Amino acid sequence: MARASTPVPEKVAVRCRVNGRDATLRDFPMTRLLDVLREQLNLTGIKEGCGEGECGACSIEMNGRVVNSCLVPVLQAEGVVIRTIEGVASGEQLHCVQEAFIAHGGAQCGICTPGMILAAVALLANNARPTEGEIRMALAGNLCRCTGYTKIFESVLHAFSGAEARE
Amino acid sequence: MRSLVPSFELRTPPSLATALELIAREPGEWRAFAGGTDLMVLLEAGKLAHRRYLNIWNLAELRGISATDGEISVGALATYTDIRRDATLQREFPLLCRAAEETGGIATQNRGTLGGNIANASPAADSPPALLVYDAELELISAGGTRRVPYSAFHSGYKKMNLRADELIARIILPRGRAGWKSYYRKVGTRRAQAISKVCMAAALKLVDGEITDVRIALGSVAPSVIRATATENALRGKRLDSTAIAAARVSLASEIAPIDDMRSSARYRSRVAQNLLEEYLQSADRA
Repeated sequence: MARASTPVPEKVAVRCRVNGRDATLRDFPMTRLLDVLREQLNLTGIKEGCGEGECGACSIEMNGRVVNSCLVPVLQAEGVVIRTIEGVASGEQLHCVQEAFIAHGGAQCGICTPGMILAAVALLANNARPTEGEIRMALAGNLCRCTGYTKIFESVLHAFSGAEARE
Repeated sequence: MRSLVPSFELRTPPSLATALELIAREPGEWRAFAGGTDLMVLLEAGKLAHRRYLNIWNLAELRGISATDGEISVGALATYTDIRRDATLQREFPLLCRAAEETGGIATQNRGTLGGNIANASPAADSPPALLVYDAELELISAGGTRRVPYSAFHSGYKKMNLRADELIARIILPRGRAGWKSYYRKVGTRRAQAISKVCMAAALKLVDGEITDVRIALGSVAPSVIRATATENALRGKRLDSTAIAAARVSLASEIAPIDDMRSSARYRSRVAQNLLEEYLQSADRA
């Protein structure tokens, strides 16, 4: 049976865990998680690039897997553990991938950098000694318009060698 | 321009049974929403036509990859990452794993689902050619029960599917027993990751003493839906794998595909590349 009119959905409360803290987000169910995390939790390290899942600038981790937050409706964050670039360092101690990006010039304008780092951190979790080819595969969904990628790949290679973490 | 977000409904059903009851009671009113890698793009572009969605992402019955003696059953909500990492699929259905690896980037693979790739019904989808080569079947579920359809009979034209309004795609069934077939998968696009294909081909054949005893050839982006090149298969079956057979197969393939000119490529380029992929495959199968 078709309805005479479709009711307008109301805002919903979505409970999740973001960077180690409990959070309650309130928005329309189809609102992009990207917008909600930026505007309600001020997590502006998440960038909007293309808004269609092509560039990786809005990458976040949901339950340990990297996703494009522009393609996730906020309703699907219910009960999920989220980590953003703001949750990668341990207090003042940067992650070895972040240290390596600083040491090797992996960041220029900075828009792609949070997504690049999250993609590299996710690779590190599954593969302690990736080859350059594996790094290229892992970062293929993250576009950079400044560096030409060479410095980024060098940064990730050095991060994995462990040298930066010890310096 | 982006669609008006508050005008879309997205509801999480508490169980699969509830979801099936709802779509049976209000047929056509609700559509399934899984990983969102296609639907959210349409939302952003202001092209998401339907208004009400069921969030099926967490329905456990539609997840998981399981095996019996005769077949592998892949839950419709299996992501490309789940598929890539599955040891049985890697061993027995490598073309499906290759397709999963070449779909989007890691973030898309973590959210995109095999069922979604089928239901989106794009003629340029990456996994359907592999499913056709493996003679996959779909298990469709409704409040009334389940039915199986051969995947080769599922798409009936551009974005048209043999799926009732009260049904969901539950599982993708892969019959086992393709050991020893020589297989091939190649996607041609502007780059390896994140690109929609210009032409994509998956194929497998069984070679006994230089003779092709059985063969499957399937292509994406060369017709209104992903297709099996059955005339070309028939032209090859029972033949010796030699230059005469390859030349005949090229001619046959060119006549049974119907590529178009669009923003990604031209009909002429697609036809030539499809024939070249077939030749590359048959020559490599001969050498191996």
